[in-house]
Amino acid sequence: MSKLVSRRSLALGLGGGVSMAALGGRGASAAGWEPTRPVQLIVPAGTGGGADQMARAIQGIVSKHNLLRQPIVVVNKAGGAGAEGFLEAKGARRNPHVLIITLSNLFTTPMATGVPFSWRDLTPIRMMALDEFVLWVNAESPWKTVGEFVEAAKGSRLRMGGTGSKQEDQIITAAITRATGAPFNYVPFRGGGEVAVQLVGRHIDSTVNNPIEAVTHWRAGALRPLCVFDSQRLAGTEKMTETMAWRDIPTAKESGLDVEYLMLRGIMGAPGITPAQLDFHADLLGKVRETPEWRELMAQGAFNTTTMTGDAFATWLAREEERHRALMQEAGFLAGQS
Amino acid sequence: MDEFGLLMQGFAVALQPENLVLMLVGVVLGVLIGVLPGLGGANGIAILLPLTFAMPPVSAVIMLSCIYWGALFGGAITSILFNIPGEPWSVATTFDGYPMAQQGRAGEALTAAFTSSFVGAFVAVVMITFVAPVIAGFALRFGPPEFFAVMFLSFAAFIGMGRGSALKTVMAMMLGFLLAAVGMDAMTGQLRLTFGSTEMIRGFDFLVAVIGLFGISEILMSIEDGLRFRGQKARIDLKVVLRTWRELPRHWAIALRSALIGCWMGITPAGATPASFMSYGVARRISKHRAEFGKGRIEGVIAPETAAHAAGTSALLPMLTLGVPGSPTAAVLLGGLIMWGLQPGPMLFVEQADFVWGLIASMYLGNIAGLLIVLVAVPWFAAILRVPFAVIAAIILVVCAIGAYTVNNAEFDIVLMLAFGVIGYVLKKLDYPLAPLVLALVLGDRTEEAFRQSLLISEGDLTVFFHNWLSGSIMAAGIVLAAWPLLSALRLRLARPAVA
Repeated sequence: MSKLVSRRSLALGLGGGVSMAALGGRGASAAGWEPTRPVQLIVPAGTGGGADQMARAIQGIVSKHNLLRQPIVVVNKAGGAGAEGFLEAKGARRNPHVLIITLSNLFTTPMATGVPFSWRDLTPIRMMALDEFVLWVNAESPWKTVGEFVEAAKGSRLRMGGTGSKQEDQIITAAITRATGAPFNYVPFRGGGEVAVQLVGRHIDSTVNNPIEAVTHWRAGALRPLCVFDSQRLAGTEKMTETMAWRDIPTAKESGLDVEYLMLRGIMGAPGITPAQLDFHADLLGKVRETPEWRELMAQGAFNTTTMTGDAFATWLAREEERHRALMQEAGFLAGQS
Repeated sequence: MDEFGLLMQGFAVALQPENLVLMLVGVVLGVLIGVLPGLGGANGIAILLPLTFAMPPVSAVIMLSCIYWGALFGGAITSILFNIPGEPWSVATTFDGYPMAQQGRAGEALTAAFTSSFVGAFVAVVMITFVAPVIAGFALRFGPPEFFAVMFLSFAAFIGMGRGSALKTVMAMMLGFLLAAVGMDAMTGQLRLTFGSTEMIRGFDFLVAVIGLFGISEILMSIEDGLRFRGQKARIDLKVVLRTWRELPRHWAIALRSALIGCWMGITPAGATPASFMSYGVARRISKHRAEFGKGRIEGVIAPETAAHAAGTSALLPMLTLGVPGSPTAAVLLGGLIMWGLQPGPMLFVEQADFVWGLIASMYLGNIAGLLIVLVAVPWFAAILRVPFAVIAAIILVVCAIGAYTVNNAEFDIVLMLAFGVIGYVLKKLDYPLAPLVLALVLGDRTEEAFRQSLLISEGDLTVFFHNWLSGSIMAAGIVLAAWPLLSALRLRLARPAVA
């Protein structure tokens, strides 16, 4: 059965390649494979979140610029902190028409819940960007620097709001505690937008929201950024408030807080797809990254625009997996630990 | 009257011919989406979102928000005709809407539902137009304790105001909480009650449960009645709309009260579902004809529909001003805003005035267009009931299965839906109310989260729910309502010896 399908898709792929060449070529991949059915892009998170927005942006860019003859269909599989989506992609062995967008829950969900999957069960295609994290406090709070904030946190347990439990926000919080000794009272919420509003309303004391989740409140003068958890400052030099641009936010390290964390925004394929299929998708996503719409999205969210494919990406994933395991072990977040 | 000038400008944007066409397309699509259970407004908008990528943001948001209005209108259709709520907030509409349809008054119920939806939305839009900034500030006062207080009030209102045995209501509610607990626990990141099954990770989706509990169990009941069909008197007659309209002004007080409940619940942002239940409960409590509720009172349709639409509309306000969606559909629209290069939040009103006022103007126009379209279609919708039940039951079953599958693209959910159908049938036979179960299933997660967040913030101190006047007074009202059946029983017992 699967042989039959693959032969048919091969024939269709070749046919497509020939007709494309006759038309002067519109970027059919050299190896001659291209999707023969609609491509399903799984989002292992709910609608409206960061991963979902990026998936839908990719879908929109691909259709607007005619990068693909088949449509991309975005499907949300958010159950079990994304486990549902990852299990589906893992089960779609050798199906080149299934892609999944990943965030840090690629590492954290299997570690925290014991649901059996890892990035090794999938085919890494391309890192699209890395998402930044910024330490935010309410603009009316007395803390102007990381030093003052940490001092206050040592005095009394401050309330740190974040998205989800035993995921990136709580990992960063645990890392701050480890670096400074200041304990936090971590309160999990559903999504970054909700967390930002809780901070504006002063129901919590601080957050480590992504830039895009808090930028509007920053510009309205309700929030204050203290540091960014990256090794270098953010790129944006355009003034976001009267006095500050993204670039003016110091890094954590500059401020004497040795914590670094970036979140993967990457695309993976089903296990066992052929090199030609992998190349096609990597190439397609490379084209997406070059469109003005993509650059606009990156600028809006102050993303770190690092990209990787192939072995470099796999090496990066292996290193990050180990780092997450270490971070989660120290914080006591691994399944069966607490 | 600064707002007025801006609004007029907004109308100029919304009335451009291409935007008007998009508005109509949106409403029609929305009604279709609303009619199909499972394919709710949120899914529909998510599917169509990328198509709007190439449009100017104002046109895109006009079309998508009109899909939203259409879906809100459409949700009432299946609730009334087949007892299958297509959206969480249509559940309360079935209580009196379906009995009305069974009595051959489907056209009347539909007209009342559509008209009061319109009234609710209209009140909310007027409020958004003129007092948006004040209200945005109020929403900021809602932290986890306040949110829990509102949820507590919704549940308490149900115990205190429900019909039938309070004990059975509580038991049905507890079953709902138990079902809501299945899946990922958001507070600790652990899986609960999944028994190692990967299918259970997702938890029980509300729509799957409701399609089974209401739709499938209703078919089972009808089959038991020997496939007798009760809605045949419905005629294709546009006059039913006018006849109902003559009657509606009498219920202005209910509509106004429900609209206010709806606006308040939409902003807080508790959402349309508790709003519809609460306003139904209040309408029933206050009515002189309390005993007839649930047997086809028109007020029982007006109250939840008005409140649901007022809430659904005002739920867009926190999204625009704070970047927090008040409903799942608003969440998808929020994603859209960001894709179009707009940043939802406090700066939107300042920097994108054209966009915001174009959207608000389209809320007025979209609702008027929606009302006209669905009212004209009322007789045809009602005529669906003339199809023999043996035929329509099969179609409903297929549509239900498709709906249950669409929610998560999971075949397992079809099995679940059938299981819920049997459970619903048994509960109906034993005279347990289904609505509290559904309410707990929809709101259980959020309620539990708010409760535990509050206790995390206060480090285990229960007095956090009374830490300020806002949550304190809502909690107090909730406690009184929850104890109402006990209090009235006590009063009776105290009164009796005096008589004897």
